[in-house]
Amino acid sequence: MSAATQLSPYLMLVLLGFLPNEIWRLLGLIMARGLNEKSEIVLWSRAVATAILAGVIAKLILFPSGELAAMPLSVRVIAAASGFAAFLAIRRSLLAGVAIAEIVLIVGGFLSGH
Amino acid sequence: MTPPAASSSTSAFLFGLRSAVSSVFILVLSGTYVGLGALAHDFHFSQWWLALSTVLIWAGPAQLILITALGTGGSPVEAAIAVSLSGIRLFPMVVTLLPLLRKKGSPLRNMLLPTHFTSVSMWVESLRLLPAMAREHRLAFCNGLSIGFMIVASTFGLVGYYLAAGLPTLFAGALLFLTPVSFLISTARNAVAMLDRLALALGLIIGPALVYFQVSLDIMWTGIIAGTISYAVHRLRGASA
Repeated sequence: MSAATQLSPYLMLVLLGFLPNEIWRLLGLIMARGLNEKSEIVLWSRAVATAILAGVIAKLILFPSGELAAMPLSVRVIAAASGFAAFLAIRRSLLAGVAIAEIVLIVGGFLSGH
Repeated sequence: MTPPAASSSTSAFLFGLRSAVSSVFILVLSGTYVGLGALAHDFHFSQWWLALSTVLIWAGPAQLILITALGTGGSPVEAAIAVSLSGIRLFPMVVTLLPLLRKKGSPLRNMLLPTHFTSVSMWVESLRLLPAMAREHRLAFCNGLSIGFMIVASTFGLVGYYLAAGLPTLFAGALLFLTPVSFLISTARNAVAMLDRLALALGLIIGPALVYFQVSLDIMWTGIIAGTISYAVHRLRGASA
């Protein structure tokens, strides 16, 4: 964990993880009638949330830490791309995509001497 | 499985637990949490911190963002904002779920548990199974379903954590790869509308670009920039159509 965040990890969990996430559930509880699922603000926030997730995913693949960083960048990128291609090719199957990505990563990592 | 002719809240609760274990989401959920467990280990969080984050946050993307943001030395404010932006999608889910659960005259506090339990997996399964069920048993069913999912998720989080601690480098790397790959593909699978697909593609490009140029608060800016461009394109196309 970062030296910049000297708060207790459990305090961080509650303040930075639990509360910012839970607020939306509580708002949903309070708003009896609620928003239209197609309202503009909901659409915008859905796009922002998807993009955040995409950014984190790319960060973990391109700039990983720990044992994954030991694999060459090319192996990580080719594995992720193969998994995505398998997902598209095999009936949009999540399982097929993840399995192919993992197999390519392990074979690639092995061949590159890990 | 067919909805039960549940005779009591207890049997509705147990049916909920059984529905969780036999749900198609179990595989996705276990894979996701094995990956998050490995990631938490990699970033030196304790296994109990991870388990508590599963129970308290109960949203894979938010947990992933929190672990990554704190683990890579992001600022606390950025972590909170990025987590909160990812949590917005829970709002319309709660709004659409609760009317299925409420009984006339039942106090709002009965809705606190299902409100907290609302997540993609529980929401999809509830909307599928609740309408066929008697209203007085729905709340117990929903709580059983959610607690079932939560037990599975917490358990597999611990499995991933300990596997990451004990596996040789190659396989530990493969375990850490599970999180980005399963989130990448499941996000792509859920992205049916052009808006979502564009946000995914732009986020994948803009995210690493901001990291490369060492822009601070890169996670938050990725969301705001890529999300807003996608939304603008969606609006412009709508206007020209």
